[in-house]
Amino acid sequence: MSPQLDRIGLVFVVLLALAAVVVPVLALATPADSPFNIPPYLVQLLGKYLCYAILAVALDLVWGYCGILSLGHGAFFALGGYAMGMYLMRQIGTRGVYANPILPDFMVFLNWKALPVAWWGFDSFPYAMLMVALVPGLLALAFGWFAFRSRVTGVYLSIITQAMTFALFKEFFRNDFGFGGNNGLTDFKDLLGFPLQSSAAKAALFSASAIALILAYGAARLIIGSKYGKALTAVRDAESRMRFLGYRVENLKLFAFVVSAVMAGIAGALYVPQVGIINPSEFAPANSIEAAIWVAVGGRGTLVGAAIGAISVNFAKTWFTGAFPEFWLYGLGALFVLVTLFLPKGLLGLLLRPRRERAPTPETPALAIEEGADP
Amino acid sequence: MTLAESHNPTLTHSLLYLDGISVSFDGYKALRGLSLVLAPGEMRAIIGPNGAGKTTMMDVITGKTKPDEGEAMFDGRFDLTKLDEAEIAGLGIGRKFQKPTVFENHTVEDNLLLATKAPRGVFATLFGRDDKGVRRTIDRILATTRLGGLRARVAGSLSHGQKQWLEIGMLLAQDPKLLLVDEPVAGMTDAETAATAELLREIARDHSVVVVEHDMTFVRELGVKVTVLHEGAVLADGSLDQVSADPRVIEVYLGR
Amino acid sequence: MPHRARLLLIVRRGALALATSLLITLSGLMASGAARADALDDTLARFLADKFPESEQAIGELAAEAPPQAAAILEAMSENRLLFDPADRIVAYRNASGAVLNARTGETIADASGFRKVRVNNALRRAIEGATGSLTLAGSDPEKRIAAAEDVFKSRDAKAAPALKAQLARESDARAATALKLALAAIVAASDEASAADRLSAIETLRGRGDQDAENLIDAIDEKTADPEVKAAADSALASIRTRLMFWGAAQDLWYGLSASSVLLLAAIGLAITFGVMGVINMAHGEMVMLGAYATYVVQLLLPPSLQSWSLAFAIPLAFIVAALVGVAIERLVIRYLYSRPLETLLATWGVSLILQQAVRSLFGANNRQVTNPPFMSGSVHVGGLDITANRFWIIVLAIVVFVALQLVLRATSFGLQMRAVTQNRRMAAAMGISTAKIDMLAFALGSGVAGVAGVALSQIDNVSPNLGQGYIIDSFMVVVFGGVGNLWGTALGALMIGVANKILEPVIGAVQGQIVLLVVIILFIQRRPRGMFALKGRAVEA
Ligand SMILES: Nc1ncnc2c1ncn2[C@@H]1O[C@H](COP(=O)(O)OP(=O)(O)OP(=O)(O)O)[C@@H](O)[C@H]1O
Ligand SMILES: [Mg+2]
Repeated sequence: MSPQLDRIGLVFVVLLALAAVVVPVLALATPADSPFNIPPYLVQLLGKYLCYAILAVALDLVWGYCGILSLGHGAFFALGGYAMGMYLMRQIGTRGVYANPILPDFMVFLNWKALPVAWWGFDSFPYAMLMVALVPGLLALAFGWFAFRSRVTGVYLSIITQAMTFALFKEFFRNDFGFGGNNGLTDFKDLLGFPLQSSAAKAALFSASAIALILAYGAARLIIGSKYGKALTAVRDAESRMRFLGYRVENLKLFAFVVSAVMAGIAGALYVPQVGIINPSEFAPANSIEAAIWVAVGGRGTLVGAAIGAISVNFAKTWFTGAFPEFWLYGLGALFVLVTLFLPKGLLGLLLRPRRERAPTPETPALAIEEGADP
Repeated sequence: MTLAESHNPTLTHSLLYLDGISVSFDGYKALRGLSLVLAPGEMRAIIGPNGAGKTTMMDVITGKTKPDEGEAMFDGRFDLTKLDEAEIAGLGIGRKFQKPTVFENHTVEDNLLLATKAPRGVFATLFGRDDKGVRRTIDRILATTRLGGLRARVAGSLSHGQKQWLEIGMLLAQDPKLLLVDEPVAGMTDAETAATAELLREIARDHSVVVVEHDMTFVRELGVKVTVLHEGAVLADGSLDQVSADPRVIEVYLGR
Repeated sequence: MPHRARLLLIVRRGALALATSLLITLSGLMASGAARADALDDTLARFLADKFPESEQAIGELAAEAPPQAAAILEAMSENRLLFDPADRIVAYRNASGAVLNARTGETIADASGFRKVRVNNALRRAIEGATGSLTLAGSDPEKRIAAAEDVFKSRDAKAAPALKAQLARESDARAATALKLALAAIVAASDEASAADRLSAIETLRGRGDQDAENLIDAIDEKTADPEVKAAADSALASIRTRLMFWGAAQDLWYGLSASSVLLLAAIGLAITFGVMGVINMAHGEMVMLGAYATYVVQLLLPPSLQSWSLAFAIPLAFIVAALVGVAIERLVIRYLYSRPLETLLATWGVSLILQQAVRSLFGANNRQVTNPPFMSGSVHVGGLDITANRFWIIVLAIVVFVALQLVLRATSFGLQMRAVTQNRRMAAAMGISTAKIDMLAFALGSGVAGVAGVALSQIDNVSPNLGQGYIIDSFMVVVFGGVGNLWGTALGALMIGVANKILEPVIGAVQGQIVLLVVIILFIQRRPRGMFALKGRAVEA
């Protein structure tokens, strides 16, 4: 990490911290007709962007610093979101359509008699928060353990992560999988006793998202700055060389992957109460790939860039889909093509003064599986 | 193990023991029954024409390639064919590649830091503090390899020869029991070559070393026992003068 | 209705039918029409009583005799339009236009004042329904007779038994006879009081049919009977049917798997070529398939009706050309500049796929489009217990043809030779004077074109929609992983394994779990054989 990049990071963190304070104040303490007032819907929208930014930072940690282009990070995000959604569902209690104190509406509708085991404990907030981290983390652990030990890298790994989220996508669609099927979880009422519709809750969630983004950035920055971070980058550039130096490459990757998945899960958990719904479409492969383009737009391997990329692309998306709904997909598609072709280092790459002694970007081998154990 | 030990004194007293190693790629036999024994503390030069199997031999020792048959033991105890690259490196076998491979995006210093002998686990590297001892080692190696002035340079911007030095420096930092050095002087000037020979002799005082090289001047300067590889097996060994007088060796190098 | 009464009825009707048929056979010289005419008079007379049992019997007789006017009479009766004049003893019915016709002669009756309605209750309506069904049993078209027998087989309506028996006695068509026997057997199976002999013969007949229905029916007999002989026969028949069903079930799964494999092969083989040559995954490959499908749709739109049955002859080349051109454009404009950055290629080509999907959506709308099969690709053939649809069959043929053609291109042309050279060692190939840029472009044209042809095939079994191709990229990639690059046999085997495995796993553990199992297997497989089943080996591949 260059000092220059760290300065940008610092500015970014300061701005976020400011926003965490100022936005709620403007939203709650100014009259609705004041030019400084931030309407609730905008607070919510900004909060959503911040959640995407956390996801982008998480993705950048593995893609930018470890060369793992995960096309399945949306799955971790969605799992965190589902864990939060399950807590929110159980908070509804008797206020649901069927007024069942234990069973969420969709279970009553499906004529279920008892709460499935997977739902146990989700009435407790601490337990739910544990699951927000644990479920994505464990999935990443299991998946990564398999994949990294098998030395699956490059495009192979990318496609397999995509297949993973695709499998979950289909699984969550099924009603009998027990998470609301096609409709997902929605109609939430309140979080920790605060009604989600209130402006105060929205402002609080925004601040929480900003703080979470600061923490995610900080944690990632600390990881990257450590010797472990250097080892991680070395794995990205010359994986087999690291093996011959005695590093257990699979463990190095696994740790980053799991940390990243947990971050993504937390982002999802903050996202769900702000948008008010979580359904299987969050697992759609397209979502995960979109997250990759946020990182690419901002500049991969920069952390701040990833966050900035997520916020700016989503801002553009909001504006575009409002103004020219038909053309958003053209725009997004073009963004994918143009950024990879003309802006390989992203927006931050434009900004950062190119250093003289710049190493050529390492060439990833065309066939990206490295010398595996060919029998 | 005990059985082999009691019956095979060569094995017990060797640091590296290769016996009847065969490797084939799609039917092409790169190694055919290669046997080689290296005593602790020994330095050995290996020569042989292109394609003789020198690099492949190092691949077998370091776990990159699994032999089809044959035995490869380290320190009389460890079966190298059953371990992977990281485990073998952990036993204390370091390797310099024929094509210099350094971490191009890291500084020279970080390259050495990553190579330094230290716990390599996730948490050890994550929470490890800056160690004065490590700094000193790195300073020393930078001095030895004459890279002191380049400490903060990105390795990708080094010249070919400098990368060779850096890789040797990384080997030193690793401080392994056995160093496998594949063509260390390719791309170096005569003076640099001489210096490298000097350095290797120095290293060999308290390490075991296997050097592969085509440069005969360099091999002569090393002044150690030479093994000639040809078509995947040992053709001859002895001092450089002995082997260069061997008619079979002459034929291999000059004939055809 | 009490069982005994029903049984009596059956017996009486049976006797009547028997008598009638005897009469027909005996009086060889006598015009059969006359014989029937007498019977019809007797039958119609029963309606004059206006009593439910009498009426029901009349219905049964109408069904068994099947005089030409029976259908009209029965229909009228079910709609309360059957009339009778107790004084003149005439039965008549009112037709749809309100005229009253003599049921016997069909003459119009001017003054219908003396007529009363024949009363109908629900039981009678049911009887009429059954009778109407069995009327067709006596029709002149054997196909219709078979269909009617099949109906009875499904409804198991005991009232149809006499008609069945009557028809069976005079049936000349062998297939129709079998269908009639089966229908009778089904009635016996559904009956609680059939004799052991009847049941035994029913079991025998059903065993011959040997499908799921037969299994259920024999099962029913097995439950109803206490006769050890019948039970034994049922058990043995059941065992044999179950083995047979299992066999055909497996064969059917295999067939579906084969069909899935053929589509997968068509989709994946192009990816194998481009991935092999350039080492990059074109995420828009699925959209080449989609374009091929839309090309088929456009051909169908534009062709005059007289040429519709030749649509595929136009669609296949068009799809190939369109997809190939788009593929070349992607290669020239995007992928070429990302060489040696495979991960970025993934993202860029994903962007291309978004653009292509949206473009098609703008042009053709977001809705599914239907492509009709040409005549030779519709319908299906039964082979034993197998149901082989023509479209799937021809797609397998197409896949084989494409495979062979590609093999020829790769093995027998200089382009193929150069392409294989680039696949194995790009740098060496370039050094030997092969223009790798040209090969890349041509390989992309070929790979994408074949994907377009896959789209033609897909349009024949699936709806055509803008996101048709999306699902194919993952599966195609898996095929390539299994098969390795640079060897089409590997691709074929990969497609076969994944297609069949998916279809065989699906019913056992569910589609999603099947997918997950496949995923795990593939990860493990990559570990064992990182370069596929028929790997190219050598340093060049690693570099
Ligand atoms: N992974 C591999 N796949 C196929 N062939 C290989 C592979 N590795 C080595 N070979 C072949 O094995 C033979 C021996 O190669 P090796 O690199 O060991 O020779 P060398 O003695 O190191 O030659 P040089 O002096 O040129 O470095 C060569 O013919 C080489 O092409
Ligand atoms: Mg070599």
